[in-house]
Amino acid sequence: MALANITSVSGTAVHIPGADIDTDRIIPARFMKCVTFDGLGEFAFYDVRFDPTSGERTDHPLNEERFNGASVLLAGVNFGCGSSREHAPQSLNKYGFKSIIAESFAEIFFGNSTTLGMPCVTLTAEQISQLREAVEADPTTEITIDVEKLEVRSSVGHTFNCAIPESARDALINGRWDPIQELLDNEEKTAGVGEALPYV
Amino acid sequence: MGKTLYQKVWDAHTVGTLSDGRTQLFIGTHLIHEVTSPQAFGMIRDLGLTVKYPHRTFATIDHIVPTVNQDAPADPLAADMMTALRENADEFGVTYFDLASGKQGIVHVVGPEQGITQPGSTIACGDSHTATHGAFGAIAFGIGTTQVRDVLATQTMAMEPLKVRRIEVNGKLRPGVYAKDVTLHIIRLLGAKGGIGYAYEYAGELFDNMTMEERMTVCNMAIEGGARCGYVNPDEKTFEFLKGRPYTPQEDKWDAAVENWKSFASDPDAEYDHVVKINAADIKPTVTWGISPDQGISIDETIPDPSQAETEVEAKSFQEALDYMKLPGGTPIKGVRVDVAFIGSCTNGRISDFRETAKFLKGHQVAEGVQAIAVPGSQLTAIQCEKEGLDKVFEEAGFEWRAAGCSMCLAMNPDKLVGDQLCASSSNRNFKGRQGSPTGRTVLMSPVMVAAAAVTGSIADAREVFDFDPATAAA
Ligand code: SF4
Repeated sequence: MALANITSVSGTAVHIPGADIDTDRIIPARFMKCVTFDGLGEFAFYDVRFDPTSGERTDHPLNEERFNGASVLLAGVNFGCGSSREHAPQSLNKYGFKSIIAESFAEIFFGNSTTLGMPCVTLTAEQISQLREAVEADPTTEITIDVEKLEVRSSVGHTFNCAIPESARDALINGRWDPIQELLDNEEKTAGVGEALPYV
Repeated sequence: MGKTLYQKVWDAHTVGTLSDGRTQLFIGTHLIHEVTSPQAFGMIRDLGLTVKYPHRTFATIDHIVPTVNQDAPADPLAADMMTALRENADEFGVTYFDLASGKQGIVHVVGPEQGITQPGSTIACGDSHTATHGAFGAIAFGIGTTQVRDVLATQTMAMEPLKVRRIEVNGKLRPGVYAKDVTLHIIRLLGAKGGIGYAYEYAGELFDNMTMEERMTVCNMAIEGGARCGYVNPDEKTFEFLKGRPYTPQEDKWDAAVENWKSFASDPDAEYDHVVKINAADIKPTVTWGISPDQGISIDETIPDPSQAETEVEAKSFQEALDYMKLPGGTPIKGVRVDVAFIGSCTNGRISDFRETAKFLKGHQVAEGVQAIAVPGSQLTAIQCEKEGLDKVFEEAGFEWRAAGCSMCLAMNPDKLVGDQLCASSSNRNFKGRQGSPTGRTVLMSPVMVAAAAVTGSIADAREVFDFDPATAAA
């Protein structure tokens, strides 16, 4: 199972406003009734993209045609809080997002995203708002998340130092963001630990 | 220097260090349900893997189960999930508490009930309220579907250790104040993000005196405070609760098991990354007013106004919450009209919750126009309630008595709010749209407070609605 080395991700971006965007907002619970993750993308942010009463499209950024094809998501603090369900990062991933930039991330969401090979990096509120302005002024602005160099750059000249926990960075750039192979390899040691536990 | 329970359990379950620096942790007990497991089974099938320790995985069905006629979901997708779990459990030889077993229920109610939840163990489940099991001195946490896959395939997962915050609550609760209020109070105090990166150790006189079910209520909501897991050190009450349950060590092995369990408790000289001290007597019946579990106030306070916010960001989130909740800032929360009253969920759907609520509900009637539903957390809880005649008390008061499941906690089943209905709820999350309607409103509170809201038709102070004899107050 050779995994890709994710050293850097580029694409156009869209900004989703608000702090504490929880996983229920990213993918409303009623869409989690599925036995596979395929097809979750179209329901990302459903309840804020469509008016709950009329069903009409709202002015949510994901409904704006100019942001179609955006693969970088810009967000605020504590992005992805709430439940541990991977349906949230999965739906964003299936929607087409390849990376998320926020002021901070909820821990479980961060871990789940990393395991999908979707880097989540942090910038300051001020830096994010500069990127937002650039993207809103020109939606074709390309944003590059350089995981290796810990930099976020834009095609209109921004260069910011970004942060990501070293373990996640290392896993992404060295193609170890999905740990399953290594876990399987340690089968014998695992058995040893299990045998020493009376309840197992 | 002594160690915390967290460190001891972590050390006992460490397989090694992975190349990314994370720890490979042995997961002794894996709980699964129908929502987050089918994709994981799909992944191991795709990779040609199998379930490595099938006897350490336990399955039940809870989220999508209809509570009127349990095994007949009208929704074809729900039926698919039901079938998928049944087939996966069968194919891989995993224990499954199916609807017909009489032992089905919310996974966090079933684990302890069956004695699967044990001190000193690691417990993982693709569900964020797995922290509940920490009440027994286990390190229990929610995981994502890919990690469910890892645990199925290897009985291990990659993880970074958490810091430990000791939350020490001393003194006694006042009458009418419950474990739910304690957990809402802590979250209000430390914030919904305050626990990120931490395990919470709940300690002190208050937790020592709590029943196991009360401890579960508190640990259940560790995640709403941002903490991935919460625990209480195991003690005599823990062992007493577990004795004789189907999956606990039987007689000849019991004493050795208890000795082993005791050894995991935090040492008196253990070092903590952070300590918070709270006085139990300061805690009042607490309700949420907004769309995040830390937006809580005591029942006699007024709903915050954005002008009271400390920062601009906070003012904005206050306004967003008020707009969504359609509540005016600066006015009392008491008296806000409710449409639905829900007692149940893995926070407050246990036998003691129904016993305590029934005590007060007797002789009262649900107010006109309020839909009130009581949903036991498991089939065994339902049977026990029915044995004690509690179902009749609820029904006579005008509650609908339902079958076991998650029900209106998150509405992946037919129990849903409609439009902007406001629900007085004993569950754990008040996020936007959580209870099934994108504009539905949730106010979190203790089950007795839900009963008070049901009978008055508005958010009320249970201490004013019911007769509280201070002598019979809970821990
Ligand atoms: S009762 Fe609610 S919080 Fe608990 S497991 Fe079910 S849906 Fe999740």
